[in-house]
Amino acid sequence: MFPVRLKYEAELNRGFVYELSKIPGCERIWDCIQCGTCSGTCPLSIYMDYTPRTLIGMAREGFMDDILRSSTIWICSSCYVCTVRCPRKLKVTDLMYALKRYAIELGVNSKRHPLPTVAAEFRRLVTKYGRNPEGRLSMRVLIKCNPLSIFRMARLGRRLLMRGRFCLKRDVIQGRHAIRTMLQVIREGS
Amino acid sequence: MKYVYFPGCCIHGSGRHCEEALFAVFEKLGIELEELPDWNCCGSTVYLAIDEPSMFALAARNLALTQKLGEKELFTPCAGCFLALHKTNDYLAQYPKLAEKVHRALAAVGLEYNGQVQVRHLVDILVNDYGLERLQSQVVRKLEGLRVVPYYGCQFIRPYPVFDDVYSPTSMDRLLECLGAEVVPYPLKTRCCGGPLAGMVGEVGYRLNYLLLKEAKRRNADLVVTSCPFCQFNLECYQDEISERYHEDVHIPTLFIAQVVGVALGIPREQLGFRRLLVSPEPALEKIKEVAHA
Repeated sequence: MFPVRLKYEAELNRGFVYELSKIPGCERIWDCIQCGTCSGTCPLSIYMDYTPRTLIGMAREGFMDDILRSSTIWICSSCYVCTVRCPRKLKVTDLMYALKRYAIELGVNSKRHPLPTVAAEFRRLVTKYGRNPEGRLSMRVLIKCNPLSIFRMARLGRRLLMRGRFCLKRDVIQGRHAIRTMLQVIREGS
Repeated sequence: MKYVYFPGCCIHGSGRHCEEALFAVFEKLGIELEELPDWNCCGSTVYLAIDEPSMFALAARNLALTQKLGEKELFTPCAGCFLALHKTNDYLAQYPKLAEKVHRALAAVGLEYNGQVQVRHLVDILVNDYGLERLQSQVVRKLEGLRVVPYYGCQFIRPYPVFDDVYSPTSMDRLLECLGAEVVPYPLKTRCCGGPLAGMVGEVGYRLNYLLLKEAKRRNADLVVTSCPFCQFNLECYQDEISERYHEDVHIPTLFIAQVVGVALGIPREQLGFRRLLVSPEPALEKIKEVAHA
């Protein structure tokens, strides 16, 4: 048998696209003419399971589950080339970020997926210190996602350390309480 | 000339040589810098994947602090910070609901922001404020005979082409030409280096950087020059891993733009952070033809 899983109308989330279109930057999702300029210019589309054009088409038809589980949204490195080139002025990069937020909120990705982990750790460190200590961020992500890769990265780490470019020191700001207050006000307001 | 300076987290970590070179160059040119007191992370694009209003609030705090100083411009040498701060200005003006949330958060910590602080990038300042003619008059060691690839990266001009063309930027080309270097035509100059992908998803990130480095090698470049400390890290630091993975030597010295300007201004190497580089630019810099100066 083919490994085919049939899709039923009932599995689709038709309301998803309306929710999306309310997000700043995603208003124009209905303007997409499926020309494929985004997928053609994207330097990363060949590594994605759905190209950006396909993703927009799927979003409009309600394939929410498949989209949020796709590698596409996490491989997008936000270089904005699609946003600049889109003839219908869709902000495709903003759409990708909206989808990442959904994926994190609904917890659809594996705990060892490195890119959602980067986001989570980034938030933790910035909320705690006010700045992002790069060295700590990368160490924590490596430990959480793939501890064995530390050995692979050890050579680079040592070379950077010797040149003072791998800093595990915390970079704490005085206004870190202000940062926490601000983030809390926003959380309560939404 | 004086600017409020926003270093960004990268410069305090893996990009310390960028700051060293920047300080040395600005001192030489007589441009004063005042670090924004108690600046925080701009939120970068990473925070956008967590929460949108929070990211804009983080960035807006820096802009509000600049306004509090009574200044109208915020200078950053990092392309990522440049975009995050600039985007905040744009979105606060475009989306009133979002702006209201951000302003409420700022008010809770006793800050306010009127949206009037302009964000400036290092290249913008050198080319448009300081001026190329004036810079050229300061050059003591012309970079003649040096073939240089200008790598702009993404967030420097996209999606906000504030001071350059969005498809084919030329500001760095002009800057390097004015230093006497030979600028190599490089069609990948705005192609993405993958940002965090190189460290996290090697098979994708390494390949992006491999393509960029291979093209620079094929065009017989001596140096790659970047406008962003993070692109500099990506392009330089994974060269060993990339060479191994693709069975091809892609080693090429990669410098931050301030370091190259520093060389042309005759600033000693020690002040330009060269000892922090993984791939030494010395052999390439030896190619500079010594020309007699009038």
